[in-house]
Amino acid sequence: MIRFHNVFKSFPNGALALKDVTFHVSKGEFVFLTGHSGAGKSTIMRLLFAEQRPTQGEVRVSGFAVSSIGTTEIPRLRRRLGVVFQDFRLLEDRTAAENVAFALEVTGARRDTIPARVMRVLTQVGLAAKARAHPRELSGGEQQRVAIARALVNDPAILLADEPTGNLDERATRGVFQLLREINAGGTVVVMATHDLDLVRQAPFRTIELRDGAVVYDSTEDQQPDEALP
Amino acid sequence: MRQLFREALLSFRRAPLLSGLSVTTIAFSLFTVGLFLLVAINLRMALQGLEERVEIVAFVLRGTPPETITLASQDIAAFPEIQDVEYVTEEQALGRARKELVEFRDAYRDLSVNPLPASFEIRLKEGYRNAVSAERVAKRLEGFSFIEDIRYGRDWVERLDKLRNLAGIVGLVIGAAFAAVAVVIIGVTIRLTILQRAREISIMRLVGATNRFIRGPFLLEGAVKGLFGGLLSLVLCYAGFRLFRDSNLGTLGGLVFFRPDQMGMLVLFGVALGLFGSLVSVGRHLRNV
Repeated sequence: MIRFHNVFKSFPNGALALKDVTFHVSKGEFVFLTGHSGAGKSTIMRLLFAEQRPTQGEVRVSGFAVSSIGTTEIPRLRRRLGVVFQDFRLLEDRTAAENVAFALEVTGARRDTIPARVMRVLTQVGLAAKARAHPRELSGGEQQRVAIARALVNDPAILLADEPTGNLDERATRGVFQLLREINAGGTVVVMATHDLDLVRQAPFRTIELRDGAVVYDSTEDQQPDEALP
Repeated sequence: MRQLFREALLSFRRAPLLSGLSVTTIAFSLFTVGLFLLVAINLRMALQGLEERVEIVAFVLRGTPPETITLASQDIAAFPEIQDVEYVTEEQALGRARKELVEFRDAYRDLSVNPLPASFEIRLKEGYRNAVSAERVAKRLEGFSFIEDIRYGRDWVERLDKLRNLAGIVGLVIGAAFAAVAVVIIGVTIRLTILQRAREISIMRLVGATNRFIRGPFLLEGAVKGLFGGLLSLVLCYAGFRLFRDSNLGTLGGLVFFRPDQMGMLVLFGVALGLFGSLVSVGRHLRNV
Protein backbone atom coordinates (compact mmCIF):
# COMPACT_ATOMS: atom_id res chain seq x y z
CA MET A 1 0.00 0.00 0.00
CA ILE A 2 2.82 2.36 0.91
CA ARG A 3 6.36 2.20 -0.33
CA PHE A 4 9.17 4.58 0.61
CA HIS A 5 12.39 3.80 -1.17
CA ASN A 6 15.59 5.78 -0.49
CA VAL A 7 13.59 8.93 0.06
CA PHE A 8 15.34 12.25 0.66
CA LYS A 9 13.53 15.48 1.31
CA SER A 10 15.31 18.78 1.57
CA PHE A 11 13.84 22.25 1.80
CA PRO A 12 14.78 25.33 -0.19
CA ASN A 13 16.82 26.61 2.76
CA GLY A 14 18.99 23.48 2.50
CA ALA A 15 17.68 21.75 5.62
CA LEU A 16 17.42 17.99 5.17
CA ALA A 17 14.09 16.72 6.54
CA LEU A 18 14.42 13.11 5.44
CA LYS A 19 17.58 11.11 4.85
CA ASP A 20 17.41 7.91 2.86
CA VAL A 21 14.11 6.69 4.32
CA THR A 22 12.98 3.25 3.21
CA PHE A 23 9.99 1.26 4.47
CA HIS A 24 6.99 -0.58 3.14
CA VAL A 25 3.52 -0.88 4.58
CA SER A 26 1.32 -3.79 3.53
CA LYS A 27 -2.45 -4.19 3.44
CA GLY A 28 -4.14 -4.24 6.81
CA GLU A 29 -1.17 -2.94 8.79
CA PHE A 30 -1.23 -0.50 11.70
CA VAL A 31 2.00 1.47 11.85
CA PHE A 32 3.26 3.94 14.43
CA LEU A 33 5.65 6.65 13.31
CA THR A 34 7.52 7.86 16.37
CA GLY A 35 10.27 10.31 17.10
CA HIS A 36 10.83 13.72 18.61
CA SER A 37 9.32 16.75 17.01
CA GLY A 38 11.35 17.65 13.97
CA ALA A 39 12.38 14.03 13.43
CA GLY A 40 10.51 13.90 10.13
CA LYS A 41 7.15 12.33 11.06
CA SER A 42 5.08 15.14 9.63
CA THR A 43 7.23 15.33 6.52
CA ILE A 44 6.49 11.65 5.87
CA MET A 45 2.79 12.37 6.38
CA ARG A 46 2.92 15.27 3.93
CA LEU A 47 4.63 13.10 1.35
CA LEU A 48 1.98 10.43 1.90
CA PHE A 49 -0.88 12.73 1.00
CA ALA A 50 1.14 14.45 -1.71
CA GLU A 51 1.25 17.86 -0.16
CA GLN A 52 4.96 17.69 -0.83
CA ARG A 53 7.09 15.67 -3.20
CA PRO A 54 10.31 13.88 -2.35
CA THR A 55 13.53 15.56 -3.42
CA GLN A 56 14.93 12.17 -4.29
CA GLY A 57 13.76 8.57 -4.08
CA GLU A 58 10.44 6.87 -4.62
CA VAL A 59 7.17 7.33 -2.73
CA ARG A 60 4.23 5.17 -3.79
CA VAL A 61 0.87 5.38 -2.07
CA SER A 62 -2.05 3.16 -3.04
CA GLY A 63 -0.74 2.83 -6.57
CA PHE A 64 0.14 6.51 -7.07
CA ALA A 65 3.75 7.60 -7.55
CA VAL A 66 3.92 10.72 -5.39
CA SER A 67 7.38 11.50 -6.77
CA SER A 68 5.91 12.27 -10.17
CA ILE A 69 2.22 12.78 -9.47
CA GLY A 70 0.39 15.35 -11.63
CA THR A 71 -1.78 18.08 -10.15
CA THR A 72 -4.94 16.53 -11.51
CA GLU A 73 -4.07 13.17 -9.95
CA ILE A 74 -3.55 14.51 -6.43
CA PRO A 75 -7.30 14.76 -5.66
CA ARG A 76 -7.75 11.17 -6.87
CA LEU A 77 -5.03 10.00 -4.49
CA ARG A 78 -6.50 11.96 -1.60
CA ARG A 79 -9.92 10.41 -2.08
CA ARG A 80 -8.34 7.08 -1.26
CA LEU A 81 -6.85 8.49 1.92
CA GLY A 82 -8.31 9.80 5.12
CA VAL A 83 -6.24 12.37 7.00
CA VAL A 84 -6.61 13.38 10.64
CA PHE A 85 -4.63 16.07 12.43
CA GLN A 86 -3.84 17.07 15.97
CA ASP A 87 -5.92 20.25 15.62
CA PHE A 88 -8.99 18.46 14.13
CA ARG A 89 -9.42 21.05 11.36
CA LEU A 90 -13.19 21.24 11.57
CA LEU A 91 -15.32 24.07 10.20
CA GLU A 92 -16.67 25.95 13.21
CA ASP A 93 -19.79 27.23 11.48
CA ARG A 94 -21.03 23.76 10.55
CA THR A 95 -22.47 20.94 12.60
CA ALA A 96 -20.72 17.61 13.06
CA ALA A 97 -22.88 16.08 10.34
CA GLU A 98 -22.25 19.01 7.99
CA ASN A 99 -18.52 18.75 8.57
CA VAL A 100 -18.61 15.11 7.57
CA ALA A 101 -20.97 15.76 4.66
CA PHE A 102 -18.59 18.46 3.42
CA ALA A 103 -16.03 15.83 2.43
CA LEU A 104 -18.66 14.14 0.27
CA GLU A 105 -20.12 17.32 -1.19
CA VAL A 106 -16.81 18.66 -2.41
CA THR A 107 -15.78 15.40 -4.00
CA GLY A 108 -18.93 15.18 -6.06
CA ALA A 109 -20.83 12.46 -4.21
CA ARG A 110 -24.48 11.99 -5.17
CA ARG A 111 -26.48 14.24 -2.90
CA ASP A 112 -29.19 11.74 -2.08
CA THR A 113 -26.61 9.29 -0.74
CA ILE A 114 -24.94 11.80 1.58
CA PRO A 115 -27.19 11.77 4.70
CA ALA A 116 -27.10 7.98 5.02
CA ARG A 117 -23.35 7.81 4.55
CA VAL A 118 -22.79 10.59 7.07
CA MET A 119 -24.96 8.88 9.68
CA ARG A 120 -23.19 5.58 9.08
CA VAL A 121 -19.74 6.98 9.90
CA LEU A 122 -21.02 9.12 12.76
CA THR A 123 -22.50 5.96 14.24
CA GLN A 124 -19.23 4.18 13.66
CA VAL A 125 -17.33 6.79 15.68
CA GLY A 126 -20.04 6.86 18.34
CA LEU A 127 -21.35 10.35 17.69
CA ALA A 128 -24.69 9.72 16.04
CA ALA A 129 -26.42 11.46 18.94
CA LYS A 130 -24.36 14.62 18.43
CA ALA A 131 -24.75 14.97 14.69
CA ARG A 132 -26.28 18.42 15.05
CA ALA A 133 -23.76 19.77 17.53
CA HIS A 134 -21.28 22.42 16.43
CA PRO A 135 -17.58 21.80 17.13
CA ARG A 136 -17.53 24.29 20.01
CA GLU A 137 -20.22 22.24 21.75
CA LEU A 138 -18.09 19.10 21.59
CA SER A 139 -15.17 17.94 23.73
CA GLY A 140 -11.72 17.54 22.18
CA GLY A 141 -12.15 13.80 21.91
CA GLU A 142 -15.52 14.21 20.24
CA GLN A 143 -14.15 16.76 17.81
CA GLN A 144 -11.41 14.34 16.85
CA ARG A 145 -14.05 11.67 16.31
CA VAL A 146 -15.87 14.00 13.94
CA ALA A 147 -12.59 14.55 12.08
CA ILE A 148 -12.09 10.78 11.91
CA ALA A 149 -15.63 10.32 10.65
CA ARG A 150 -14.90 12.88 7.93
CA ALA A 151 -11.71 10.99 7.04
CA LEU A 152 -13.63 7.72 6.84
CA VAL A 153 -16.69 8.82 4.92
CA ASN A 154 -15.04 8.31 1.53
CA ASP A 155 -14.07 4.74 2.50
CA PRO A 156 -10.34 5.30 2.33
CA ALA A 157 -7.83 2.51 1.88
CA ILE A 158 -5.38 4.31 4.18
CA LEU A 159 -6.01 6.47 7.23
CA LEU A 160 -3.21 8.92 8.07
CA ALA A 161 -3.31 10.29 11.60
CA ASP A 162 -0.76 12.98 12.46
CA GLU A 163 -0.59 13.21 16.27
CA PRO A 164 -4.33 12.58 16.54
CA THR A 165 -4.21 12.43 20.34
CA GLY A 166 -1.79 15.30 20.82
CA ASN A 167 -4.47 17.65 22.14
CA LEU A 168 -6.47 15.10 24.13
CA ASP A 169 -6.53 14.00 27.75
CA GLU A 170 -5.77 10.42 28.66
CA ARG A 171 -9.31 9.16 28.55
CA ALA A 172 -10.10 10.75 25.20
CA THR A 173 -6.76 9.49 23.89
CA ARG A 174 -7.68 5.92 24.80
CA GLY A 175 -11.07 6.32 23.14
CA VAL A 176 -9.67 7.73 19.90
CA PHE A 177 -6.92 5.13 19.79
CA GLN A 178 -9.46 2.36 20.32
CA LEU A 179 -11.47 3.79 17.44
CA LEU A 180 -8.41 3.74 15.18
CA ARG A 181 -7.77 0.11 16.12
CA GLU A 182 -11.34 -0.77 15.19
CA ILE A 183 -10.97 1.00 11.87
CA ASN A 184 -7.77 -0.95 11.26
CA ALA A 185 -9.52 -4.16 12.20
CA GLY A 186 -11.97 -3.40 9.42
CA GLY A 187 -9.10 -3.63 6.92
CA THR A 188 -8.03 0.01 6.60
CA VAL A 189 -4.29 0.69 6.78
CA VAL A 190 -3.61 3.13 9.62
CA VAL A 191 -0.43 5.19 9.83
CA MET A 192 -0.28 7.12 13.08
CA ALA A 193 2.43 9.62 13.88
CA THR A 194 2.77 10.09 17.62
CA HIS A 195 5.26 10.80 20.36
CA ASP A 196 3.03 9.22 23.00
CA LEU A 197 5.26 6.27 23.90
CA ASP A 198 2.81 4.88 26.45
CA LEU A 199 0.33 4.43 23.67
CA VAL A 200 2.93 2.77 21.46
CA ARG A 201 4.02 0.39 24.19
CA GLN A 202 0.57 -0.88 25.04
CA ALA A 203 -0.26 -1.82 21.45
CA PRO A 204 1.19 -4.72 19.53
CA PHE A 205 1.73 -2.75 16.34
CA ARG A 206 4.65 -2.10 14.10
CA THR A 207 6.72 0.92 15.09
CA ILE A 208 9.01 2.97 12.87
CA GLU A 209 11.18 5.40 14.79
CA LEU A 210 12.74 8.42 13.19
CA ARG A 211 15.57 10.59 14.35
CA ASP A 212 16.90 13.63 12.46
CA GLY A 213 15.08 12.52 9.33
CA ALA A 214 16.39 8.95 9.27
CA VAL A 215 14.75 5.66 10.24
CA VAL A 216 16.61 4.40 13.31
CA TYR A 217 14.28 1.56 14.21
CA ASP A 218 11.65 -0.53 12.47
CA SER A 219 10.09 -3.23 14.63
CA THR A 220 9.43 -5.53 11.68
CA GLU A 221 13.12 -5.73 10.96
CA ASP A 222 13.67 -7.69 14.16
CA GLN A 223 16.01 -5.15 15.64
CA GLN A 224 16.22 -4.32 19.28
CA PRO A 225 14.50 -1.09 20.11
CA ASP A 226 16.70 1.93 20.48
CA GLU A 227 17.20 3.68 23.77
CA ALA A 228 14.24 5.86 22.88
CA LEU A 229 12.08 2.78 23.26
CA PRO A 230 13.50 0.86 26.22
CA MET B 1 -23.95 22.86 -10.65
CA ARG B 2 -26.54 23.66 -7.99
CA GLN B 3 -23.83 23.26 -5.38
CA LEU B 4 -21.71 25.72 -7.35
CA PHE B 5 -24.43 28.37 -7.35
CA ARG B 6 -25.21 27.77 -3.71
CA GLU B 7 -21.56 28.27 -2.80
CA ALA B 8 -21.32 31.43 -4.88
CA LEU B 9 -24.45 32.94 -3.35
CA LEU B 10 -23.35 31.86 0.10
CA SER B 11 -20.26 34.01 -0.25
CA PHE B 12 -22.50 37.03 -0.74
CA ARG B 13 -24.34 36.17 2.44
CA ARG B 14 -21.14 35.49 4.36
CA ALA B 15 -19.49 38.77 3.47
CA PRO B 16 -22.18 41.19 2.33
CA LEU B 17 -20.05 44.27 2.91
CA LEU B 18 -17.09 42.96 0.96
CA SER B 19 -19.30 41.72 -1.86
CA GLY B 20 -21.14 45.04 -1.96
CA LEU B 21 -17.84 46.84 -2.17
CA SER B 22 -16.71 44.72 -5.10
CA VAL B 23 -19.94 45.24 -6.99
CA THR B 24 -19.85 48.99 -6.40
CA THR B 25 -16.25 49.36 -7.51
CA ILE B 26 -16.90 47.36 -10.65
CA ALA B 27 -20.00 49.45 -11.26
CA PHE B 28 -18.11 52.72 -10.90
CA SER B 29 -15.22 51.55 -13.06
CA LEU B 30 -17.61 50.45 -15.77
CA PHE B 31 -19.66 53.61 -15.27
CA THR B 32 -16.61 55.69 -16.14
CA VAL B 33 -15.82 53.50 -19.11
CA GLY B 34 -19.47 53.64 -20.11
CA LEU B 35 -19.67 57.40 -19.87
CA PHE B 36 -16.62 57.69 -22.04
CA LEU B 37 -18.09 55.29 -24.55
CA LEU B 38 -21.25 57.38 -24.61
CA VAL B 39 -19.23 60.50 -25.32
CA ALA B 40 -17.32 58.64 -28.03
CA ILE B 41 -20.50 57.27 -29.59
CA ASN B 42 -22.16 60.67 -29.64
CA LEU B 43 -19.03 62.38 -30.90
CA ARG B 44 -18.84 59.84 -33.65
CA MET B 45 -22.45 60.47 -34.59
CA ALA B 46 -21.84 64.21 -34.66
CA LEU B 47 -18.72 63.78 -36.75
CA GLN B 48 -20.57 61.56 -39.20
CA GLY B 49 -23.06 64.37 -39.66
CA LEU B 50 -20.25 66.79 -40.37
CA GLU B 51 -18.42 64.38 -42.61
CA GLU B 52 -21.39 64.06 -44.91
CA ARG B 53 -20.96 67.68 -45.65
CA VAL B 54 -17.33 67.35 -46.68
CA GLU B 55 -17.33 68.30 -50.32
CA ILE B 56 -14.90 69.55 -52.86
CA VAL B 57 -15.68 72.55 -54.99
CA ALA B 58 -13.74 72.95 -58.24
CA PHE B 59 -14.21 76.27 -60.02
CA VAL B 60 -14.30 76.22 -63.79
CA LEU B 61 -12.59 78.78 -66.06
CA ARG B 62 -14.98 81.10 -67.80
CA GLY B 63 -15.64 80.13 -71.39
CA THR B 64 -15.04 76.39 -71.07
CA PRO B 65 -17.11 74.67 -73.78
CA PRO B 66 -20.13 72.67 -72.62
CA GLU B 67 -18.88 69.44 -74.28
CA THR B 68 -15.71 69.61 -72.19
CA ILE B 69 -17.82 70.12 -69.10
CA THR B 70 -19.95 67.08 -69.89
CA LEU B 71 -16.92 64.87 -70.54
CA ALA B 72 -15.14 66.09 -67.43
CA SER B 73 -18.26 65.51 -65.42
CA GLN B 74 -18.30 61.86 -66.49
CA ASP B 75 -14.56 61.50 -65.80
CA ILE B 76 -14.88 62.87 -62.30
CA ALA B 77 -17.91 60.72 -61.49
CA ALA B 78 -15.78 57.68 -62.39
CA PHE B 79 -13.23 58.40 -59.63
CA PRO B 80 -13.49 55.66 -57.00
CA GLU B 81 -13.87 58.16 -54.15
CA ILE B 82 -16.76 60.07 -55.62
CA GLN B 83 -20.35 59.73 -54.52
CA ASP B 84 -21.81 62.33 -56.89
CA VAL B 85 -20.82 65.33 -58.97
CA GLU B 86 -23.02 68.29 -59.66
CA TYR B 87 -22.24 70.94 -62.21
CA VAL B 88 -23.37 74.37 -61.11
CA THR B 89 -23.57 76.87 -63.97
CA GLU B 90 -22.77 80.54 -63.56
CA GLU B 91 -26.47 81.39 -63.62
CA GLN B 92 -27.32 78.77 -61.03
CA ALA B 93 -24.55 80.09 -58.81
CA LEU B 94 -25.97 83.59 -59.10
CA GLY B 95 -29.49 82.37 -58.42
CA ARG B 96 -28.30 80.56 -55.28
CA ALA B 97 -26.40 83.60 -54.12
CA ARG B 98 -29.45 85.74 -54.51
CA LYS B 99 -31.54 83.31 -52.57
CA GLU B 100 -29.10 82.51 -49.79
CA LEU B 101 -27.38 85.86 -49.30
CA VAL B 102 -30.44 88.01 -48.74
CA GLU B 103 -28.33 90.98 -47.62
CA PHE B 104 -26.66 91.23 -51.02
CA ARG B 105 -29.82 90.67 -53.07
CA ASP B 106 -29.83 94.24 -54.32
CA ALA B 107 -26.18 94.21 -55.18
CA TYR B 108 -26.60 91.03 -57.23
CA ARG B 109 -29.69 92.36 -59.01
CA ASP B 110 -27.91 95.40 -60.33
CA LEU B 111 -24.99 93.45 -61.76
CA SER B 112 -24.55 93.65 -65.50
CA VAL B 113 -22.01 90.86 -65.57
CA ASN B 114 -22.25 87.68 -63.50
CA PRO B 115 -19.09 87.62 -61.34
CA LEU B 116 -19.63 84.08 -60.09
CA PRO B 117 -17.81 81.20 -61.82
CA ALA B 118 -19.35 77.87 -62.67
CA SER B 119 -18.20 74.95 -60.54
CA PHE B 120 -18.27 71.21 -59.93
CA GLU B 121 -19.59 70.30 -56.50
CA ILE B 122 -18.21 66.93 -55.58
CA ARG B 123 -19.31 64.77 -52.67
CA LEU B 124 -17.12 61.94 -51.46
CA LYS B 125 -18.26 58.42 -50.69
CA GLU B 126 -18.44 57.25 -47.09
CA GLY B 127 -15.04 56.02 -45.97
CA TYR B 128 -13.30 58.60 -48.21
CA ARG B 129 -14.45 61.61 -46.24
CA ASN B 130 -11.02 62.40 -44.83
CA ALA B 131 -8.14 64.71 -45.53
CA VAL B 132 -6.04 62.22 -47.46
CA SER B 133 -8.79 61.26 -49.90
CA ALA B 134 -9.90 64.85 -50.39
CA GLU B 135 -6.37 65.89 -51.21
CA ARG B 136 -5.90 63.00 -53.62
CA VAL B 137 -9.06 63.95 -55.48
CA ALA B 138 -8.01 67.60 -55.51
CA LYS B 139 -4.62 66.69 -57.03
CA ARG B 140 -6.34 64.80 -59.81
CA LEU B 141 -8.71 67.70 -60.47
CA GLU B 142 -5.75 70.06 -60.81
CA GLY B 143 -4.80 68.01 -63.85
CA PHE B 144 -7.81 69.43 -65.74
CA SER B 145 -6.64 72.57 -67.53
CA PHE B 146 -10.02 74.32 -67.23
CA ILE B 147 -10.13 74.02 -63.43
CA GLU B 148 -9.23 77.37 -61.99
CA ASP B 149 -9.30 76.75 -58.27
CA ILE B 150 -10.15 73.98 -55.85
CA ARG B 151 -11.54 74.36 -52.35
CA TYR B 152 -12.13 71.56 -49.98
CA GLY B 153 -11.73 73.04 -46.51
CA ARG B 154 -8.48 71.18 -46.09
CA ASP B 155 -7.64 72.39 -42.58
CA TRP B 156 -11.11 71.67 -41.44
CA VAL B 157 -11.10 68.12 -42.77
CA GLU B 158 -7.71 67.47 -41.22
CA ARG B 159 -8.80 68.82 -37.87
CA LEU B 160 -11.86 66.64 -37.95
CA ASP B 161 -9.66 63.62 -38.59
CA LYS B 162 -7.35 64.46 -35.72
CA LEU B 163 -10.22 65.01 -33.33
CA ARG B 164 -11.71 61.66 -34.07
CA ASN B 165 -8.39 59.86 -33.72
CA LEU B 166 -7.74 61.63 -30.47
CA ALA B 167 -11.17 60.65 -29.18
CA GLY B 168 -10.45 57.04 -30.06
CA ILE B 169 -7.03 57.00 -28.39
CA VAL B 170 -8.17 58.76 -25.23
CA GLY B 171 -11.09 56.37 -25.03
CA LEU B 172 -8.84 53.35 -25.32
CA VAL B 173 -6.36 54.59 -22.73
CA ILE B 174 -8.93 55.63 -20.15
CA GLY B 175 -10.98 52.52 -20.74
CA ALA B 176 -7.96 50.25 -20.35
CA ALA B 177 -6.84 52.06 -17.19
CA PHE B 178 -10.23 51.70 -15.57
CA ALA B 179 -10.56 48.11 -16.67
CA ALA B 180 -7.20 47.40 -15.03
CA VAL B 181 -8.35 49.08 -11.83
CA ALA B 182 -11.53 47.02 -11.86
CA VAL B 183 -9.56 43.80 -12.31
CA VAL B 184 -7.24 44.66 -9.44
CA ILE B 185 -10.12 45.54 -7.13
CA ILE B 186 -12.00 42.36 -7.95
CA GLY B 187 -8.81 40.38 -7.49
CA VAL B 188 -8.27 41.93 -4.06
CA THR B 189 -11.85 41.40 -2.88
CA ILE B 190 -11.86 37.80 -4.09
CA ARG B 191 -8.53 37.33 -2.38
CA LEU B 192 -10.00 38.61 0.87
CA THR B 193 -12.84 36.13 0.50
CA ILE B 194 -10.33 33.39 -0.17
CA LEU B 195 -8.29 34.27 2.91
CA GLN B 196 -11.49 34.32 4.91
CA ARG B 197 -12.18 30.81 3.69
CA ALA B 198 -8.60 29.53 3.68
CA ARG B 199 -9.43 26.87 6.23
CA GLU B 200 -12.32 25.59 4.19
CA ILE B 201 -10.19 25.49 1.08
CA SER B 202 -7.40 23.60 2.82
CA ILE B 203 -9.92 21.01 4.01
CA MET B 204 -11.40 20.76 0.54
CA ARG B 205 -7.97 20.03 -0.85
CA LEU B 206 -7.26 17.54 1.90
CA VAL B 207 -10.35 15.45 1.25
CA GLY B 208 -9.64 15.39 -2.47
CA ALA B 209 -11.68 18.17 -4.04
CA THR B 210 -10.30 19.02 -7.47
CA ASN B 211 -8.79 22.43 -8.10
CA ARG B 212 -11.52 23.01 -10.64
CA PHE B 213 -14.16 22.33 -8.02
CA ILE B 214 -12.49 24.68 -5.55
CA ARG B 215 -12.07 27.36 -8.17
CA GLY B 216 -15.64 27.09 -9.46
CA PRO B 217 -17.48 29.02 -6.74
CA PHE B 218 -14.86 31.78 -6.69
CA LEU B 219 -14.96 32.21 -10.45
CA LEU B 220 -18.74 32.21 -10.35
CA GLU B 221 -18.61 34.71 -7.52
CA GLY B 222 -16.36 36.96 -9.59
CA ALA B 223 -18.59 36.58 -12.63
CA VAL B 224 -21.75 37.31 -10.62
CA LYS B 225 -20.13 40.38 -9.07
CA GLY B 226 -19.10 41.48 -12.55
CA LEU B 227 -22.65 40.93 -13.77
CA PHE B 228 -24.18 42.98 -10.96
CA GLY B 229 -21.51 45.64 -11.38
CA GLY B 230 -22.18 45.78 -15.10
CA LEU B 231 -25.93 46.13 -14.62
CA LEU B 232 -25.47 48.79 -11.97
CA SER B 233 -23.10 50.70 -14.24
CA LEU B 234 -25.76 50.70 -16.97
CA VAL B 235 -28.22 52.22 -14.54
CA LEU B 236 -25.65 54.84 -13.55
CA CYS B 237 -24.80 55.56 -17.18
CA TYR B 238 -28.46 56.01 -18.03
CA ALA B 239 -28.96 58.32 -15.07
CA GLY B 240 -25.93 60.34 -16.14
CA PHE B 241 -27.15 60.41 -19.72
CA ARG B 242 -30.63 61.64 -18.72
CA LEU B 243 -29.14 64.24 -16.42
CA PHE B 244 -26.89 65.56 -19.18
CA ARG B 245 -29.57 65.48 -21.85
CA ASP B 246 -32.17 67.20 -19.69
CA SER B 247 -29.80 69.88 -18.45
CA ASN B 248 -28.95 73.00 -20.45
CA LEU B 249 -25.75 71.37 -21.60
CA GLY B 250 -27.83 68.97 -23.58
CA THR B 251 -29.22 71.48 -26.03
CA LEU B 252 -27.03 69.76 -28.61
CA GLY B 253 -29.94 67.52 -29.45
CA GLY B 254 -29.89 64.12 -31.12
CA LEU B 255 -27.97 62.51 -28.27
CA VAL B 256 -28.16 58.74 -28.25
CA PHE B 257 -27.81 56.10 -25.52
CA PHE B 258 -26.32 52.63 -25.99
CA ARG B 259 -28.02 50.22 -28.35
CA PRO B 260 -29.14 46.96 -26.68
CA ASP B 261 -26.15 45.08 -28.08
CA GLN B 262 -23.81 47.75 -26.73
CA MET B 263 -25.45 47.46 -23.31
CA GLY B 264 -24.96 43.70 -23.50
CA MET B 265 -21.31 44.23 -24.33
CA LEU B 266 -20.80 46.51 -21.33
CA VAL B 267 -22.38 43.96 -18.97
CA LEU B 268 -20.43 41.15 -20.60
CA PHE B 269 -17.30 43.20 -20.12
CA GLY B 270 -18.14 43.44 -16.42
CA VAL B 271 -18.56 39.67 -16.23
CA ALA B 272 -15.24 39.20 -18.03
CA LEU B 273 -13.51 41.59 -15.61
CA GLY B 274 -14.99 39.73 -12.63
CA LEU B 275 -13.93 36.37 -14.02
CA PHE B 276 -10.45 37.57 -14.85
CA GLY B 277 -9.93 39.20 -11.44
CA SER B 278 -11.00 36.08 -9.56
CA LEU B 279 -9.05 33.79 -11.88
CA VAL B 280 -5.82 35.65 -11.15
CA SER B 281 -6.54 35.68 -7.44
CA VAL B 282 -7.62 32.05 -7.11
CA GLY B 283 -4.88 30.78 -9.37
CA ARG B 284 -2.25 32.42 -7.24
CA HIS B 285 -3.74 31.11 -4.01
CA LEU B 286 -4.08 27.52 -5.23
CA ARG B 287 -0.49 27.52 -6.38
CA ASN B 288 0.70 28.73 -2.99
CA VAL B 289 -1.18 26.20 -0.87
